[in-house]
Amino acid sequence: MIIKLAVLLPFLAAALIPLVHKFIKREQIGWFVLAVPILLFVLISSYIPHTANGKTYMHTLEWIPSLSINFTTYLDGLSMIFGLLITGVGSLVILYSNFYLSAKESLHHFYCYLLLFMGAMLGVVFSDNLLVLYTFWELTSVSSFLLIAFWHHRKASRAGARKAMVITVSGGVAMLVGFLMLYAMTNTFSIRELIAQVDVIQQHELFIPALLCVLLGAFTKSAQFPFHIWLPDAMEAPTPVSAYLHSATMVKAGIYLVARMTPIFVGVPTWFWLVTSIGLLTLIWGSFNAVRQNDLKALLAYSTISQLGLIMSLLGIGSLAFAFEFSDALTPVFALAGFTALFHLVNHSTFKGALFMMVGIVDHEVGTRDLRRLGGLLPFMPLTFSIALIGAFSMAGLPPFNGFLSKEMFFTAVTHLDSFNVFSLGSAVVWIPVVAWVASVFTFVYSMILIFKTFFGNYHPERLDKEPHEAPFGMLVSPFILCALVVLIFFFPNVLGHYILQPALASVYPSFPLEDITPHISPWHGFNTELFMTLGVIAVGIILYKTKRYWSYVYTFLQPRHSFNALYEWVITTTENNSQRVTNQYMNGYLVHYFTYIYIIFVGIIGSYFVLSGAFTFDPSKDSKVETFELMLVCLVACAAVALLFAKSRLSSVLINGLIGYCVGFFFIIFRAPDLALTQLVVESVTTALFLLSFKYLPHIKPEVASMATKWRNAIISVAVGSLVTLIGLTVVNYDKFEPISTYFEDSYELAGGKNIVNAILGDFRAFDTMLEVVVLFIAGLGVYTLIKLRNRKEAADIENK
Amino acid sequence: MKINDVILRTVVKSVVFIVLTLGIYLFFAGHNAPGGGFIGGLVLASAVVLMYLAYDIETVQKTMPFDFKKVAAFGVLLATGTAIGSVLFDVPFLSHTDAYYTLPLLGKTHLTTVTIFEAGVALTVVGVVVTIILSISEEGEEQ
Repeated sequence: MIIKLAVLLPFLAAALIPLVHKFIKREQIGWFVLAVPILLFVLISSYIPHTANGKTYMHTLEWIPSLSINFTTYLDGLSMIFGLLITGVGSLVILYSNFYLSAKESLHHFYCYLLLFMGAMLGVVFSDNLLVLYTFWELTSVSSFLLIAFWHHRKASRAGARKAMVITVSGGVAMLVGFLMLYAMTNTFSIRELIAQVDVIQQHELFIPALLCVLLGAFTKSAQFPFHIWLPDAMEAPTPVSAYLHSATMVKAGIYLVARMTPIFVGVPTWFWLVTSIGLLTLIWGSFNAVRQNDLKALLAYSTISQLGLIMSLLGIGSLAFAFEFSDALTPVFALAGFTALFHLVNHSTFKGALFMMVGIVDHEVGTRDLRRLGGLLPFMPLTFSIALIGAFSMAGLPPFNGFLSKEMFFTAVTHLDSFNVFSLGSAVVWIPVVAWVASVFTFVYSMILIFKTFFGNYHPERLDKEPHEAPFGMLVSPFILCALVVLIFFFPNVLGHYILQPALASVYPSFPLEDITPHISPWHGFNTELFMTLGVIAVGIILYKTKRYWSYVYTFLQPRHSFNALYEWVITTTENNSQRVTNQYMNGYLVHYFTYIYIIFVGIIGSYFVLSGAFTFDPSKDSKVETFELMLVCLVACAAVALLFAKSRLSSVLINGLIGYCVGFFFIIFRAPDLALTQLVVESVTTALFLLSFKYLPHIKPEVASMATKWRNAIISVAVGSLVTLIGLTVVNYDKFEPISTYFEDSYELAGGKNIVNAILGDFRAFDTMLEVVVLFIAGLGVYTLIKLRNRKEAADIENK
Repeated sequence: MKINDVILRTVVKSVVFIVLTLGIYLFFAGHNAPGGGFIGGLVLASAVVLMYLAYDIETVQKTMPFDFKKVAAFGVLLATGTAIGSVLFDVPFLSHTDAYYTLPLLGKTHLTTVTIFEAGVALTVVGVVVTIILSISEEGEEQ
C-alpha cells in the first residue's frame, strides 16, 4: 500500500502545482517539488533491508476486475534498483535544475511534467499488471514529449519531441500487442502468474510473435539500433531533462522490461540472439558514432546509446543461464552477465548523470557546447573539470572508478562464452569478444575527447559568447554527489552487490540458488585476460585519439542520405503526403457529401446484415393498436420534415427542426418514457438556442445548385435510409436472436439502491461509460472554447519557427 | 445588440427561479423517479441561457460570478474522483454504495455515492453548455 502511494504521490504533487503556483514565488517551486523525490527515496530505501533478505511486497487494488486489470504493485529487488534510481537521480536533477533554469522560464510547467514523468516511471517499475504497466509506459513517452518540447518556440525541439514520441509510442503499441498475446495464452496480465505459467507460454504458437512484439517495445524505448535515432534529437531538451530521462531512467525502461521478462522468454535461441546481437550492434554503432560528434550533448547521447546496448547484450548473454540445467560450474558464468548488466546499469546512471550535469554547467557558464569552440577551460573551471575527469574515466573503464569494475566483468562475461556450447554459438564465441573490445576502444576515445577537447588545448575567447567562470555552488552539488558515488562504488562494490544487486538478481533468475550465482566483485583479479584487454583498450585508444584526424575520413562514408534518420524522414513525409492526398479526396468540405458517405455505408452494412441474416420478420398480430392522436403526431412530424426541405431561411428551418424534436418528445411521453421525454425536450430547447446563436453569424441561405442526377441520387439515398430505419423499427419487436438483458436491470433497487432503472444504468451499471462521456463532453467544450477564443493569437506564430 | 424587452425580463426574473428549482428537484428526484444528473444539469444550464437571453452577459456575470469552464472541470474531477475514490476503500473502480441515515430536518434519508457522481455529471453539463454558448455569443459581439 505504501508503494502504491509512492507511485501516486508525484501525480498528486503534479496536480497541485497548477493550483498553488500562483501563491508561491516562481523560483521557489523547485524547492517544494524537491521534497517529493527525497521523501520517496527515503521511503523506498527503508525497504532495502527487507528486500535484501529476499522479501517481496505485493499489494492489489481491484481496478477493472472483470477485465482482469488490477492496480497491483510489486516491490522486489529489480524494482527496488529502478525505484532508487528514479527517486535518487530525480532528487539530484531537481536540485540541479533549481540553479540551471532561470526563474523566467515557465517553471511550473517544467516541474509539473517532471513529476508526471517520475510518477509514470515509478508506475512502470512497480506495476505487476501488464496493462497498467503499459499505461504508465506510454505516460512516460508523453511526459518525455512534453519535456523535450519544453522550449517549444524552437523548431528543433518540436521535431525532436515528435520523433521521440513517434518511435517510442509505436514500439509501445507493439508491446501492447505482445501483452495481449500473452493474455491470450494464459488468461492473466499479472507478471507473477505469467512466470508461473512459463511452460504453457513457451509451448504456445503465439510465443515467438509475442516475444518479438515485447522486444520491439523494449528496443524502441531503450534506443537500440536501429531505433536509436530519436535519442540524439531528444537532446534538445533542457540538460537536466537529458540527464534524468534520456540517460538515467526512461531509456532504461526497456532494460527493465527485458530483465523483467527474462524468466518468461528465456531458454529459446531467438531471445538470446536478438537481445545479444542487437545489444552488441547498438554498443559498437553508438560508440563509433559518438567519436565524430562535435556537440557535447550529442556525444553523450551516442555514448548513452552504446552503453544501453552494452547492458542489453549482457542481459542477452545472461539469459543463456537458463538454457541448461543448473550446474555449479556453468550457471554462475552466465549469471555473471546478468549481474553485470544490473551493476553497469547503476554505474552508468551515476557517471552519465554527472557527465550530463557537467555539460549543462559548461553550456550554462560558457554559452556553447560545441567542441570546435571549446578548449582550455581548465583554469576557469577546475571543479567542473574534476567532475568531467571522474565521469569520463569511469565511462572509459579506468580505475579507480566504478566503470572499471563493470567493464572488467563485461569482458569476463564475453570471454567465457566458449565454456559451454549452447544454441550453436559457433564462431560467435570469437566475434562477440572482438566486438566488445573494439567498442570499448571507441568508448575510450570519445571519453578522452570529452575531457581533452573541452578543458585542454588552446583557449579561444573570441569563439565564446560569455566570459567562462566556475559554476555556482548549487549546480556543483548534484554532480559531485554522483562523482562521490562513482568512487565509493569502486571501493565498496560488494555493499551495493549484497543489498541491491543480489535481490534484483533473484528477480531475473528466480529458479536458481541465489548465493551460488552472486559473484564477488573485486577490483584486482591478477593479470588475466580481462586486464590485458583493458590495457589494450588504453594503448590502442590513445593511439586512435592522437591520430584521429588521419582516420576520421571514414565517417565521410556515412552519407546523411543513407542514414536511418533519412529513412525516418522519408517515412514521415510520405505518410503525411499520402494521407493528406487521400483525405483531401473525400473531405471536400461539403456536408452533403459527408452525409452521403455515412448513409451509404449505413444502408450497405446494416441493411445487408439484416437481409443476409434473415432478420426481417414481421408479425402484425404482435403490434399494438395505433391510436388516432398517435397518427396525428406522425402526420405532424412528416409534414414538418417535408416543410423543412422548402424552408427559405435558416431561422425557419431551425424552428421546424425544433418542432420535429418536440413531437418526438411527445412520443416518448405517450410511450411512457418520461426520462427520455424530459431529456429530449430540454436538449431540444438548448440546441435551438445554440443554433439561433450561431446562425446569426452565417450568411443568408442560398438555393443549392445541383444537377438533376445529384438530386435523384440524394433522394434515393434518403428514401433508402428512411425505409431501412422504419423496417428495423418494425423488426426489432419480433427479434429474438439474443436473450433480452432487461431482466437484469429490473433488480436495480437491490443491486444499485435506486428505483429509477434508467439512472441506475447510467450511474451505476454502466457508470464507466457515463464517466468517460462526461470527460468527452468536457473535452469537446474545451475544444469549442479554444477554437473560438485562442485563434486570434496567430500573430505569435512568427517567433515559432526560429 | 441592445434589446429592451420589459416583458421578457420581468417574466424571466420569476421564471428563472422556478426553472432552477426544477433543475435541482430533477437532480435529486433522479434516484427513484424521472430526472437525474444529466437532465438536472441541462435544466440548470437552460436557466442560465435564459438569463443570458433576457439580460446581457455583463449583468449575468455580475450576479453569477462563476467561471463556467472551472465549473465543468470541477464536475469532471468530481465524477472521476468518485470513481477513483472507491479504489481507496478496497473495492473495484467505480463501485457505489448507499445507506439510510437520519438527518436533522430531513428525517430518514437515503444517501448514496451515486449522488456525488451524478453531481459531477450535472456540473459538467452546466459548465460545458454555458461555456459553449457564451464563447459563441461573445465572439459575435467582438466582431
